[in-house]
Amino acid sequence: MIDKFVPDIASALAGIGDGASIMLGGFGAIGMPTALVDHLAEMGVRNLTIIANNAGAAFGGMTRLLESGCIGKVICSYPRSADSSLFDSLYRDGKIALELTPQGTLAERIRCAAAGIPAFFTPTGAGTLLRADKETREINGRLCVLEHALFADVALLEAWEADRWGNLTYRLAGRNFNPIMAGAAKLTIAQTQHVVELGAMDPDAVMTPGIFVNRVVHVPYGDPTI
Amino acid sequence: MSTTLNAIKALSREQMAARAAADIPEGWFVNLGIGMPTLVADYVTGREVIFHAENGILGVGPKPAAAEVNPWVINAGKQYVSLLPGASIMNSAESFGIIRGGHLDLAVLGGYEVAANGDLANWSTGQNNIAPAVGGAMDLGAGAKQVWVLMDHVTKTGQPRLVERCTYPVTALGTVTRVYTNLAVVEITERGFELVECAPGVSFEDVQARTGAALHRR
Repeated sequence: MIDKFVPDIASALAGIGDGASIMLGGFGAIGMPTALVDHLAEMGVRNLTIIANNAGAAFGGMTRLLESGCIGKVICSYPRSADSSLFDSLYRDGKIALELTPQGTLAERIRCAAAGIPAFFTPTGAGTLLRADKETREINGRLCVLEHALFADVALLEAWEADRWGNLTYRLAGRNFNPIMAGAAKLTIAQTQHVVELGAMDPDAVMTPGIFVNRVVHVPYGDPTI
Repeated sequence: MSTTLNAIKALSREQMAARAAADIPEGWFVNLGIGMPTLVADYVTGREVIFHAENGILGVGPKPAAAEVNPWVINAGKQYVSLLPGASIMNSAESFGIIRGGHLDLAVLGGYEVAANGDLANWSTGQNNIAPAVGGAMDLGAGAKQVWVLMDHVTKTGQPRLVERCTYPVTALGTVTRVYTNLAVVEITERGFELVECAPGVSFEDVQARTGAALHRR
């Protein structure tokens, strides 16, 4: 019998080691797998690369992760938060490297990794300092930059419902990066608010088919805060 | 700057937002940037305009009353918003496909500078002491059918924000079609900056004196 549920958060994260690249779902604190991120900060691993839209910002468990010293690099579009300068000081002191990526380019790089597309051309960022080091090509009269798919060792997601095959749904604006990160990593781990019986999920309602998901842990924490 | 320039009464942020809102027709799909552009939605009334939030919502409604907040519904500025009847949710790749794919009629964005050729600078002041952040600005700048910029006409020290060429790092090339400032509405055409209208009590000469490139009459 296939059963992707694991009994606790420690088992869900077992095997993550130094130097791993880790995707975190979420936009702001909504849809962030906060319980998994909190535990990750306590594992004593080092030199992680964190890939998340707001990696660096101080919410959804990121503060503890930043303070723990386990992050070597972040890949994100928006490392700032209004009420914290933690990332700024780490960045200024050279303790964390930053690969800044336009948000849509970040999403598409992740989607392409899951879909087996190694690279793509996009007009986003063409002619800017942020993309000055990229190969460019004029396509249909428009300047485009070459962007590469973004893979990871691990993806940590937050689901609304899950069944034992790993089929997932998400809740409203908590969807964001979660479904595209599933499949872009070698190991995809979801925390879920609700557990449903196999067959209880309407096939039309499944947002991430279980093929993309390796482990699921039940974390019914309730509502997120911003 | 001459002394007469100080006599000008500039529009408030709310008046600027209302002025831009008045030009948005029924049926448009519109993304509003973080900050002042978000105010525009408050002034679109009596017609159906569908607002997009790049974190994955089409059909964003007004800010909810405290008792009606749904903690799973935020906009790109990480503020609680409501969902209109007919709203839809999408993942981040699809949301940016809507932007990059040219499906949005309009993005209203904030700005540091707009150049006479339509270049937009709004993501970085080029200072190295804080970590840079870009969010969805470059995608919106490159992808929406039209980009309108809502910003003060000059900086706090009186320097023009409408310039011949951007001095700050650009966000997107040749993308801005209109600028709504606290002094005027300016269109970007093949001739450069073209004055559409002045705020009440403001003259063409007043606007030209605060603009860093030639201003054309229509």
